[in-house]
Amino acid sequence: MALLETVNLKRYFGDTRAVDNVNLTIEEREFVSLVGPNGAGKTSLINVISALLRPDSGKILFKGQDITRASVTERVRAGIARSFQLVNVFDDLSSFDNVALAIFSRDGKTAHLGALAHLDEKVNVEAARVLDQFGLTSKRDVIARDLAQGERKLLDVALAHALKPRLLFLDEPTSGVSTRDKGQIMDTIASVVRGEGIAAVIVEHDMDVVFKYSDRIVVMAQGAILAQGTPDEIRKNEQVALVLLGTSGPDAFTRKE
Amino acid sequence: MSAARTGPSTALLLAVGALIAVVLALLPRFIVPYQTVLITYGLVMAIAALGFNLLLGYTGLLSFGHSAYFGAGAYAVAFIMRDLGVQAMELCILLGLLGTLVVAAIFGFVCVRYTRIFFGILTLALSQVLWSLAFKFFWVTGGTDGIRVDSAKLSLLAGLIDFKGAGAYQRFVYSYYYYVLAVFVAATVIMWVIVHSPFGKALQAIRDNETRAQFVGIRVRRYRWIAFMISGLFTGLAGILWVPLNGLTTPDILYWPFSGELVFMTVLGGFRSFTGPIVGAMVFNYLKTYAIASTEYWQMLLGAVLVFLVLVLPAGIIGTIARAARKLGGR
Repeated sequence: MALLETVNLKRYFGDTRAVDNVNLTIEEREFVSLVGPNGAGKTSLINVISALLRPDSGKILFKGQDITRASVTERVRAGIARSFQLVNVFDDLSSFDNVALAIFSRDGKTAHLGALAHLDEKVNVEAARVLDQFGLTSKRDVIARDLAQGERKLLDVALAHALKPRLLFLDEPTSGVSTRDKGQIMDTIASVVRGEGIAAVIVEHDMDVVFKYSDRIVVMAQGAILAQGTPDEIRKNEQVALVLLGTSGPDAFTRKE
Repeated sequence: MSAARTGPSTALLLAVGALIAVVLALLPRFIVPYQTVLITYGLVMAIAALGFNLLLGYTGLLSFGHSAYFGAGAYAVAFIMRDLGVQAMELCILLGLLGTLVVAAIFGFVCVRYTRIFFGILTLALSQVLWSLAFKFFWVTGGTDGIRVDSAKLSLLAGLIDFKGAGAYQRFVYSYYYYVLAVFVAATVIMWVIVHSPFGKALQAIRDNETRAQFVGIRVRRYRWIAFMISGLFTGLAGILWVPLNGLTTPDILYWPFSGELVFMTVLGGFRSFTGPIVGAMVFNYLKTYAIASTEYWQMLLGAVLVFLVLVLPAGIIGTIARAARKLGGR
């Protein structure tokens, strides 16, 4: 049984087909890249699957259960977490408190109002470990709004990861950071995700990054899935090259620029 | 080390808190009764502002209707003493809190469906409903005359202390001061624990980023509702304590300008800090008392202070002091 399955998922904005009859399957432990030109519906698809948007029609199955009508928090508890294209963290809390909060929430401890948060050693230890995994240990007491853009991106992913999801959606985790930091962020994310056997779906524009890390690549255009396959299959797909690069030919992806 | 990195320095806080409590405990020996009464009022308002700030400072919701919960507590006690003949203050507090909780739960249930200005307007509107009830149903509430609450009919600590016979009022002033001080200390400690609990952190997360809070699994609306009820209970507790002190409850405390005063106090002290509302309430209490005593145009004086505050000290008294201390500390 697939971890996630969407069945004829649809979401239109007026005449715009943001998500058009998408049948997407994600297996356990799979690292999938979602690519496509701007406006292809990548973020909309993630938004529908994570309950930020309601679908017009279609079904979403997670671990075989129909979650089409489940709320955001219900899906989070079921094991679907996500990060955001525009950094979406708790700006007035420290890096540490950001991560600790996700852990408290995951463990159902946010309902506790008679205990002091900073005395919970179990959460302290785990939050420190998550910060370490994402290379943020030296920034633990820095208020999130004072972090550098790359660090904020990582914190955003760390928040999602701290929820210990089965399936993690990462919407452009490297957008807005320098090329040099990009590789580092992707290495960090890939090692954490693979190390813990989480299935990940990542939206990314940089095809070098996509080819390097993905098990499978899903290409979207105009709200629909245009093609999908292994990096090698996609690299040879002329239709994909035409949509993504505007040129085609046997080595379109290697001779760009 | 472990306390310093994420939480406040608990030892320092306890030391400072204990010192202030001792000073407050010794104070009545050195000041005239009138000043003791003034401080009692200040402590009562501090509890109200503390409750109000759980919503404003920690949950990011600006209520313009907290007079409703102060008034609910006050009227509940007035009814209980008049109609049920209850004399024990502890029973008044218990039943008064119950009454406040009912009002806060119902009003909160409606209000937390909205945020920002819509939330503010809705809280204001609902508080005005209570005000008009107190105003119109005069055969129950006494209308604008209000309900008298005689301190001579009150007893503290389950009947251990009562106020009958000669010098009763003097004894009431001092006993009640310590009573309120004890409740204030307890309320402050409880609120401090709440805002530093995982629940308190969740509220701050909701304040910072509602969407992301949902995406870490926090049920935003439910948490706002719980925060609303706790906030209402604290402000209601203040109303309960206020009635015997004032000797009278009138619809004025349900009217919207009183809600405005709670906002004023909190902003004056600084809503971004835990102690801000406490300091703000004490200072406001003096400010208003002396403004009324010294000029006919006291509202104008308070207005000028408010304008100065917004333009020059937007972080409030505590916020400004904290910033100055950080600068001096070289951080």
